[in-house]
Amino acid sequence: MSASSDHANSVFATVVQAPEDPILGVTVAYNKDPSPDKLNLGVGAYRTEEGKPLVLNVVRKAEQLLVNDPSRVKEYLPITGLADFNKLSAKLIFGADSLAIQENRVTTVQCLSGTGALRVGAEFLARHYHERTIYIPQPTWGNHPKVFTSAGLSVKTYRYYSPNTRGLDFQGLLEDLGSAPAGAIVLLHACAHNPTGVDPTSDQWEQIRQLMRSKGLLPFFDSAYQGFASGSLDADAASVRMFVADGGECLAAQSYAKNMGLYGERVGALSIVCKTAEVASRVESQLKLVIRPMYSNPPIHGASIVATVLKDRDLYNEWTVELKAMADRIISMRKQLFDALQARGTPGDWSHILKQIGMFTFTGLNANQVAFMTKEYHIYMTSDGRISMAGLSSRTVPNLTEAIHAAVSSVA
Amino acid sequence: MSMLLRNGCAGRILKSGAVRSMSTSWWKHVEPAPKDPILGVTEAFLADPSPDKVNVGVGAYRDDNGKPVVLECVREAERRIAGNLNMEYLPMGGSIKMVEETLKLAYGENSDLIKEKQIAAVQALSGTGACRLFADFQKRFSPDSQIYIPVPTWANHHNIWRDADVPQNTFHYYHPESRGLDFASMMEDIKNAPNGSFFLLHACAHNPTGVDPTEEQWREISHQFKVKGHFAFFDMAYQGFASGDPERDAKSIRIFLEDGHLIGCAQSYAKNMGLYGQRVGCLSVVCEDEKQAVAVKSQLQQLARPMYSNPPVHGALVVSTVLGDPELKKLWLTEVKGMADRIIGMRSALRENLEKLGSPLSWEHITKQIGMFCYSGMTPEQVDRLTNEFHIYLTRNGRISMAGVTTGNVGFLANAIHEVTKSA
Repeated sequence: MSASSDHANSVFATVVQAPEDPILGVTVAYNKDPSPDKLNLGVGAYRTEEGKPLVLNVVRKAEQLLVNDPSRVKEYLPITGLADFNKLSAKLIFGADSLAIQENRVTTVQCLSGTGALRVGAEFLARHYHERTIYIPQPTWGNHPKVFTSAGLSVKTYRYYSPNTRGLDFQGLLEDLGSAPAGAIVLLHACAHNPTGVDPTSDQWEQIRQLMRSKGLLPFFDSAYQGFASGSLDADAASVRMFVADGGECLAAQSYAKNMGLYGERVGALSIVCKTAEVASRVESQLKLVIRPMYSNPPIHGASIVATVLKDRDLYNEWTVELKAMADRIISMRKQLFDALQARGTPGDWSHILKQIGMFTFTGLNANQVAFMTKEYHIYMTSDGRISMAGLSSRTVPNLTEAIHAAVSSVA
Repeated sequence: MSMLLRNGCAGRILKSGAVRSMSTSWWKHVEPAPKDPILGVTEAFLADPSPDKVNVGVGAYRDDNGKPVVLECVREAERRIAGNLNMEYLPMGGSIKMVEETLKLAYGENSDLIKEKQIAAVQALSGTGACRLFADFQKRFSPDSQIYIPVPTWANHHNIWRDADVPQNTFHYYHPESRGLDFASMMEDIKNAPNGSFFLLHACAHNPTGVDPTEEQWREISHQFKVKGHFAFFDMAYQGFASGDPERDAKSIRIFLEDGHLIGCAQSYAKNMGLYGQRVGCLSVVCEDEKQAVAVKSQLQQLARPMYSNPPVHGALVVSTVLGDPELKKLWLTEVKGMADRIIGMRSALRENLEKLGSPLSWEHITKQIGMFCYSGMTPEQVDRLTNEFHIYLTRNGRISMAGVTTGNVGFLANAIHEVTKSA
């Protein structure tokens, strides 16, 4: 019987092509560019000084341990994921001495990196929480709004970034959170805010905490850069720990994409800190109902690597050293770019490059200037002017400096 | 201090001097969720201290010693992968190489549809993830449609389409009296459904019954689908695992393709490559032309992005390494056949044992059914007795995972089944 050529009409004939994802689409465009000088400052993935992706030594070691262990099998993980991984992840973010953990008030489930943790948390909130609105900072990671609306939450924004100062609009933030309805959910970037790199100070975090607790606002932390921002795992978790220490409840999404370089393995965790152990147990059972019809149980490989590293003292220490080295390289790139712009005499105040923290710099360049830099200098970044410092090297700083200078001088 | 006293909070000074707010939990009203009926069985099994316990619950393959198996082709693939490649993000649609090889399995090595690029396909989180992506896609782009689901089916199918907010209907499938297919009622339901309805079909080795339509019956089903303009979504979780021959196990799909249906298909490597916990699968949707396929794929990616951004790389690398290397692929085919043959052997052994015990019931269905599961016909009460008296764990619908049966436990299992059913 020959294949029929008269196909039925598709029931999806009217489906229109979706636009490229604004962030991941940058890499797609970059890959298509044949120029030998092209530079990808789009997606936030760490690059070495040579511009290469990096697999951490501890990860290589952990992988070898795993592959050489004949007793390892590929059975389904429980719905909540790898138990060791969950415990260790909770300790990592909340601190080994966390009372909440000691009192069994924390439920932690393995998720598909930060995205997956946010989505599972959002689905849980949409089903079980009385407030259906989440407040997200303006601006925020491009994928945040869709994650929350897909789960059935509605999204509002609170002022965060001040374009004038290229710093935090703290007054605006306090006003907007102050006028949010009691109980509203608030998304907080634990450290190294994406895309701006602007974080509250310790004092400002304390004020935010007091305000939120007084209004019963529910904190939902997104921690994608612990250890990556300052180089210290503990310092980068200080904001989260401040909230947990006051005995209140919160959600926290963790990702190991950047700080352990496990990007494509999709390793993350969602923790919900509850008032009592009994509540935490019921909450966990409901998280399972969210996860099962989404993907049944999480992937084993990446979580096994993380657990192997976190539970071994030597590997853990080695990891902290590699992590600090990545953070330090990024900090040095900030200095180099700033110095180069100063030396070039590029108009404007570029000190925000030094003040902002983490993987990204919110340059302040507008969409036209960004388009100009892409067209004339083959430099790729998101149209909001966000550049990934991790994609820079000493070799490419001069080219970027030229491009910024030209853009700022000739494009309005 | 005063702000702590608002909203019914009371402050409590701890030993450390820190003040703990004592407002009540936001989650007090959260009910404890019921245990997953399938995965809950393994939990109960693990908690049982009895040395004689037998797990024939979850559908994960075991060797004749009752041990989980990592295929040799997979071990070799992992040796090649470990430490060599970076772990960069995959594109939202996943590993292109893995998807290419996966489509060949379902649609045929020389499929015109593949050549003409008519298939929109993305890597998915195993079969569950593929079904969920499709259900979300169906909701968004055929918002008025419902899904017709066979009775019975894998329990999680209902959860998936419910969470995607797609209304569900059922169609007759299993015939309890004959422990076979209720073909007449099934065809009635297909005819009576409104034109253009969406149907979920198990491509082979129906879960939980092990009852599949014959080739002739598949042709009739396909024909009726054409008459009614129905949409066929195939869940293929056991390709290669059912008969031992992947080409043969894809027959139902090939029949529909020959008839010109534009199908959807979920594929999983959990069982046939033993990659369970790696979560590797694929969702494909056949379109009228390449342009449409590009559009549909882009929309599938839009659904994946706010769920997990991009799929996990490791399992996909294992699959593309195995299937992309002729030697490894040959080894895989041998190993899949080995697993299928062992199960077929256990079916014979279980049936023979029961017949030798003089069971008054017919156990013919054990060898007629195909794939990992046997729908024994036992009642929930009989299942409870198996668990409570004999420490044998299976789902309460009487579904036995034949993969958990070994030469070591088949006698014990037959005895126990005989005990609880002999006075039925």
